Amino acid sequence: MKKPEDTRVVVGMSGGVDSSVTALLLKQQGYDVVGIFMKNWDDTDEFGVCTATEDYEDVARVANQLDIPYYSVNFEKQYWDKVFTYFLDEYKAGRTPNPDVMCNKEIKFKAFLDHAMGLGADYLATGHYARVSEIDGQAQMLRGVDSNKDQTYFLNQIPKEILPRLMFPLGELDKSEVREIAKKHDLATATKKDSTGICFIGERNFKEFLSEYLPAKPGEMQTLEGEVKGKHDGLMYYTIGQRQGLGIGGAGDPWFVIGKNLEENILYVGQSFNNEALYSDSLEAVHLNWLADIDLSAPIECTAKFRYRQEDYAVRVVVDSEKDQAEVIFKEPQRAITPGQAVVFYDGERCLGGGTIDRAFKDGKQLTYLA
Amino acid sequence: MKRVYLDYAATTPLHPEVKQEMMEALEGTYGNPSSIHSFGRESRKLLDEARSEAARSIGADFSSIIFTSGATEANNLAIFGVARAHAHKGKHIITTQIEHHAVLHPMEELEKEGFEVTFLPVDESGVVSVEAVEEALRPDTIFVSIMRVNNETGMQQPIEAIGERLKEHQAIFHTDAVQAYGLEKLDVTALNVDLLSVSSHKIYGPKGIGFLYRNDDIHLAQQIFGGEQERKWRSGTENMLGIVGFKKAIELLEKEREDRMTHYQRLSEKFIAGLNELSIDYHMNGKKEEHMPNILNISFPGVEVEMFLTNLDLEGIAVSSGSACTAGSIDPSHVLKAMYGEKNDRIYNSIRFSFGIETSEEEIQFCVERISKILNRLLPNHTRG
Repeated sequence: MKKPEDTRVVVGMSGGVDSSVTALLLKQQGYDVVGIFMKNWDDTDEFGVCTATEDYEDVARVANQLDIPYYSVNFEKQYWDKVFTYFLDEYKAGRTPNPDVMCNKEIKFKAFLDHAMGLGADYLATGHYARVSEIDGQAQMLRGVDSNKDQTYFLNQIPKEILPRLMFPLGELDKSEVREIAKKHDLATATKKDSTGICFIGERNFKEFLSEYLPAKPGEMQTLEGEVKGKHDGLMYYTIGQRQGLGIGGAGDPWFVIGKNLEENILYVGQSFNNEALYSDSLEAVHLNWLADIDLSAPIECTAKFRYRQEDYAVRVVVDSEKDQAEVIFKEPQRAITPGQAVVFYDGERCLGGGTIDRAFKDGKQLTYLA
Repeated sequence: MKRVYLDYAATTPLHPEVKQEMMEALEGTYGNPSSIHSFGRESRKLLDEARSEAARSIGADFSSIIFTSGATEANNLAIFGVARAHAHKGKHIITTQIEHHAVLHPMEELEKEGFEVTFLPVDESGVVSVEAVEEALRPDTIFVSIMRVNNETGMQQPIEAIGERLKEHQAIFHTDAVQAYGLEKLDVTALNVDLLSVSSHKIYGPKGIGFLYRNDDIHLAQQIFGGEQERKWRSGTENMLGIVGFKKAIELLEKEREDRMTHYQRLSEKFIAGLNELSIDYHMNGKKEEHMPNILNISFPGVEVEMFLTNLDLEGIAVSSGSACTAGSIDPSHVLKAMYGEKNDRIYNSIRFSFGIETSEEEIQFCVERISKILNRLLPNHTRG
């Protein structure tokens, strides 16, 4: 084992409080810490203002407080090719993509990991709320101890071979403790607001952002029975199970998005949160990635998350290794399973891996909203 | 950790004698040179001496030196000063694609104000041709601004010949001589220029001071309004501490210039010999002729600059590449783009090493060995076959 001072840890620093505290903790442990800011997106406005510049200034301030070197690396091209293109393609296909999952897979734990290794790093650390622990001689990914912040959902697509090279110091902490540590050390980012939403959209209006890149095709809103209930602004603006922004008045239960017909450009709507059409009992997942050594030949009894910050549900996973897909059968019917989002599997604290939700089924029949 | 500074083209440390002079000035008079009393006169004397020294160093008259906060301000004064005072004679301006941002960005502002700016290309060695200037000249051209020595490549531009050609034309001729000033003896008459910018912190003087040489016949529109300082070309109480240090730096430069050049020459030969000895794969950017020996701009195939610069810094070696853009990431150099085009790998893998009076041969050897170490790690099969 190398001594900490001979062990180089490259920390991905975003200018936020989480990665600031990550760097602080590693510095306190005596590691040779190098901070790197990733510039993945250029949002320079007409006044020359760019949020990346402000974030980088925060990285510089914190790094100087910690007395660690800091640098920047530009992955704008890789981000555009691998993440943003995927993001647009998914919306074009009527699905709801998860760019954070893709960013972790293609940028943070691929291009950035390569960069860190090129700098002679022994480890790459980030401010994710997740843990890597050695169990039975194997590096395993575990949920962060703060169950409200656990981010393993977003890490489900990273290759398991890299786990031994990763450090997630915040995985052992609650978010409130992280804030506390930042305040105690008077870090420049201690009171900075957490970033929300998708990084390249930031605080901007989502609809407006998307319309800059994809032509919106307005069409009809219909019930499953074919009754026209109004107009929609373009299928890509709506997510299964969504209530807001439909503008359907009248008596009775509120209206929800229950499906999309891409070919005819119809948005299906139905009444009541618990509308039957929103429920499915199994799904088909693709792009499977496994973070643990498990026997895929037999059905796997485990739990799963179908979206971030949702509780786990009991499932049985039947993997078709040849087709690289899996059937995920729910113990209880699930509401608003959304194609394009991730399904992530857990065994207790262990994150087993995950895939992308492709289609949902009820009684063996594919649900209407799945193009 | 051992650190080696090889970024003298970005800025130089204070010469110990300059520092000494400035320390004494801090203890000395604090009078305002514009004041009519004895305190003011003491400062005025220092100011005049510095102005004489600056003027003498470029073969100019005492009255032609305008002290500024540095070369960026000197360039801004030259560019906006000429454009706004001479717009009635025409609105066409000529410059090059390889100028410093302190010239390029003011030019872009002028474009917004309705001026038409021709940005001349350069050849593969990074030199603009006299013919290109000639072809771009029009009856309504009022201003030509071309740097003497490029700060990224060390390539010298044919200012004398361009100036000669412009003698018969109404266009006013400016040169940004920031890099050249510390290397070659400049003479404004021989260069045929009307305006010339210089900065102190590239010649072992303090930061925050520089000057614009202005031929007495050239009218400039005032850019900063206030008091009568610098004959109203640059209002604002003089930066006396900077001026005193700058003067000393010029004196030392005049005395040591040739020795410095010999030193730089030896260092750059040592550097190249070191790369060859270790069989490092590289390409020189620029060419031997018209090249200043204090700068080596070198392309290392296969390694992108952010990766290389970060590795070098982690090894204690300070060098640079292109220009820092938003959020600390590095934009490909506009100078190398002008030389090689947008698609050439060289614009993504070139590094500038620049040497100074304190650089030792031992430091050069250290740097070359570290380059080899880094390349061996990143590109195990990189050496020349």
